[in-house]
Amino acid sequence: MKPRNSSTASLRVRYPKLRIRISIALLLACASLACRRDMQDQPKYIPLRGSDFFADGRSARPIPEGTVARGELRADKVFFTGKSGDQFVDQVPFPVTRQVLERGEERFNIYCTPCHGRLGNGLGMIVRRGFKRPPSYHTDRLRQKPIGYFYDIMTNGFGAMQDYSAQVAPRDRWAIAAYIRVLQYSQMASINDVPPDVRQELNSELSTRSAEPKR
Amino acid sequence: MSQVFHRSTNTLSRVSIFGGIFILGFLVWAWAELNASNYATRAKVPVNQPVPFSHEHHVGGLGIDCRYCHTSVENSSFAGIPPTKTCMNCHSQIWVNAPMLEPVRQSFRTDQSLHWIRVHDLPDYVYFNHSIHVAKGIGCTTCHGAIDRMPLTWQEASLQMSWCLDCHRHPEEYVRPRSEVFSVAYQPPPNHVEIGRNLVKEYHIQSLTSCSTCHR
Repeated sequence: MKPRNSSTASLRVRYPKLRIRISIALLLACASLACRRDMQDQPKYIPLRGSDFFADGRSARPIPEGTVARGELRADKVFFTGKSGDQFVDQVPFPVTRQVLERGEERFNIYCTPCHGRLGNGLGMIVRRGFKRPPSYHTDRLRQKPIGYFYDIMTNGFGAMQDYSAQVAPRDRWAIAAYIRVLQYSQMASINDVPPDVRQELNSELSTRSAEPKR
Repeated sequence: MSQVFHRSTNTLSRVSIFGGIFILGFLVWAWAELNASNYATRAKVPVNQPVPFSHEHHVGGLGIDCRYCHTSVENSSFAGIPPTKTCMNCHSQIWVNAPMLEPVRQSFRTDQSLHWIRVHDLPDYVYFNHSIHVAKGIGCTTCHGAIDRMPLTWQEASLQMSWCLDCHRHPEEYVRPRSEVFSVAYQPPPNHVEIGRNLVKEYHIQSLTSCSTCHR
């Protein structure tokens, strides 16, 4: 008996698996057209992209020991350690302007308040969640510490506090240290320390604040 | 000789011309919709990470500033993914036994990087710079959405070129005062376009729409 569709049958005999081959060819054609992302994913390193080349998988290489990156020579010992000889310095190694203090306030509020609190009393949010409470800045002991002491702790850590040398640049650490002094003064100050021309402003600010409903 | 086509073919051919345009139009529309869909752009899809880090908890709950971890956002094109050490600043003391944090502790012990999955994966032919946007008064949440309400982090915007251009053409609608850039609570006031126009002048914001602004 003659098969109903003789041409297909003869094709099948001459090329077995023809259907599979055609579908694979179609799939490959689609894949080569639609799925290439060479432009999106170029073989180059962008920050923190992994690397197959290095054993630890990091494309950003750690700086080899004993090398100094351009512009990162730390020759100014006082500026980078807060110490002169073995003694902590008692002065910020650059002029402290209002801008420096404002920068210090901003950086303090970012990096220090989680534990030390906005006032520096050691009651920050992380402490309320179980971190060891740091001492308040407003004790005689810490009021008498030279400013280089605070710089040193930010640089090297102290007790439960890890160092912040990777997160806060040296100049900002000094600005924060200066702002810690501001906090210390502010918590000891009386109304007589406020210049008379600003006192009025402070009073009006206080009265508007007390007029606000309690939250 | 009789007609090859029946009379009804006239109507059929007219309808098929209309149908062709309509169907083609529909296909183009469907393609465009699909392309802009969250499925294609991966927007609003939470990304699973080796550690289920919650911005909702750390930013919304604890009030930690963006820059505590993303330290280079003001100075660099890359905002910075914190090293494991930054996690350990706090987690050396709190949640020290949480199994969820074991990969973090292991990374710290072994000095092997955590393999965070990139949430915002721009094509490599686009050069985006965080520092200039932050310096010109574009807030984090303008692009990243309500990060303080994301238990797992997702990409909020489509990151398509049209989305970039929306702002590059009309920066006054999106800019905010520099003091509010890192605020997650900032809500644009009703007259924000008016304020925006002034800020555009004050911050010398240029409407940069040349190709080479981003593709170079």
